[in-house]
Amino acid sequence: MSEYQKPLPIVDGDSRKYWEACRENKLLIQRCEDCGKHIFYPRALCPHCHSDRVQWVEASGRGKVYSYTINRRPAFPGFAGETPYVVALVELEEGVRMISNVIGVEIGDVRIDMPVEVVFEKATDEFTLPKFRPVRS
Amino acid sequence: MSIRKAAAIVGVGDVETVKGRVPGEMSVLQVQALAAKRALDDAGLTFEDVDGLFTAGFWGMPGDGMFGVMTLAEYLGIRPKYMDSTQIGGCSFEAHVGHAAAAIKAGLIDVALIVYGSTQKTRAPSEFVVTPPYHVSQYEIPYGIMLPMTGYAMAAHRHMHEFGTKPEQLAEIAVATRKWAQLNPAATMRDPLTIEDVMNSPVILDPLRLYDCCLVTDGGGAVVLVSPERARDCKKKPIWVLGYGEAMSHYSVQQFPDMTITSAAESGRRAFEMAGVTHDDIDVVEIYDSFTITVLMTLESLGFCKVGEGGDFVSNQRTAPGGDFPLNTNGGGLSYGHPGMYGIFLLIEAVRQLRGECGERQVKDAKLALAAGTGCYLSSTSVVILGRD
Repeated sequence: MSEYQKPLPIVDGDSRKYWEACRENKLLIQRCEDCGKHIFYPRALCPHCHSDRVQWVEASGRGKVYSYTINRRPAFPGFAGETPYVVALVELEEGVRMISNVIGVEIGDVRIDMPVEVVFEKATDEFTLPKFRPVRS
Repeated sequence: MSIRKAAAIVGVGDVETVKGRVPGEMSVLQVQALAAKRALDDAGLTFEDVDGLFTAGFWGMPGDGMFGVMTLAEYLGIRPKYMDSTQIGGCSFEAHVGHAAAAIKAGLIDVALIVYGSTQKTRAPSEFVVTPPYHVSQYEIPYGIMLPMTGYAMAAHRHMHEFGTKPEQLAEIAVATRKWAQLNPAATMRDPLTIEDVMNSPVILDPLRLYDCCLVTDGGGAVVLVSPERARDCKKKPIWVLGYGEAMSHYSVQQFPDMTITSAAESGRRAFEMAGVTHDDIDVVEIYDSFTITVLMTLESLGFCKVGEGGDFVSNQRTAPGGDFPLNTNGGGLSYGHPGMYGIFLLIEAVRQLRGECGERQVKDAKLALAAGTGCYLSSTSVVILGRD
């Protein structure tokens, strides 16, 4: 069995719940109980109103590509077998953005504003990474 | 409170490279010492005169570079009473100018030395820092993001999407900058370059091609700032700090609020307001060119044209020698050299232009110059407006 060669998150007190939820195929983001805005990446204070009343909520998992690029060279040696691959900034319906990969699509077909939905890709027993694929209409 | 004319640049110095490498086996501290000595010699000052030291870098991490300002002071044999290692990416040195001028205005110091050096090309393994997947980077690195370039490539895509900006318009910047490099004997890349050459070069990260990217070289530079009183006794005529501004909009790519504009909109506005000058008054412009898109977006964000109109603005080689908008007159990071953090060279070239020291590439009768740095992933900006008497 081949070992996972790509970099994996170094988990901390901000992120533990997020990565644990990913393992159960749930995409968690935060919501501020005072100003109502959604937050990603997770943190101790709302970056909009600086309230410390932030709660975890499950995200819709639906969004669109805000922008993207195509890696024709591996960023790290572990990605050598995967080029070309798409790195995208995905904007979720809740308004937050996250870096991810768009998969399950011809590389040349990725477009800005393309509707995408989350799909969970198991990396190791400990880590599952949320990725995105085009919404099938 | 304004720091307009609170300090003057009286010395600049840099280290020559051959094919992007510093000569021999120069260490990164040696490079910085040489640049510093040349800048002080240029001003007619000595290390004994220096009471403030400003530096930022990527060398020696993990290790003595983590305390770079002290390691450098120790190596130079000076004991500054004011130390600033503000690290906001490649524009750190424009920020250092503002901080140094403020410290001079407050009467805390009289002579500030700003230094940068890198031997990243010759000694890559010990100087190249890869971002570990922790803290805010744990949500980016596992996806194979290539820092810093991914941020710029995504911004370029978004700009093209919103405004129809064309790759050929980005290529105009690379070609015009190369023409300036051809007039600068110290530049690394001086062969002719055409729009077709740029368009035919390999795509590195869509939509950016090889010639949209800065060089990877060694290099070192230093700048000396002094109080108006000390400026009277210096060898070179003062180049006044007239305006300064710094700003940031995000750190990591994921938090980039609007990928078509940079915080130069804020730092630039503050610099212009402080200087009391307008865009039309500026004779020569030095803009951080990590990538061609950096230049285009910075021109727009500074207000030299409207957001979205940068493609048209740079068309027809307007920024090349002989054009009506002299830009990156030393050949820039794209063709002169780019040792990791380029911002110190924006200042050095602006000063040399204002002094009339630039030979074949001299912009005639340059009185006012603007240097605009950008750091990290279009994350931070810092703008300095300089002028001569």
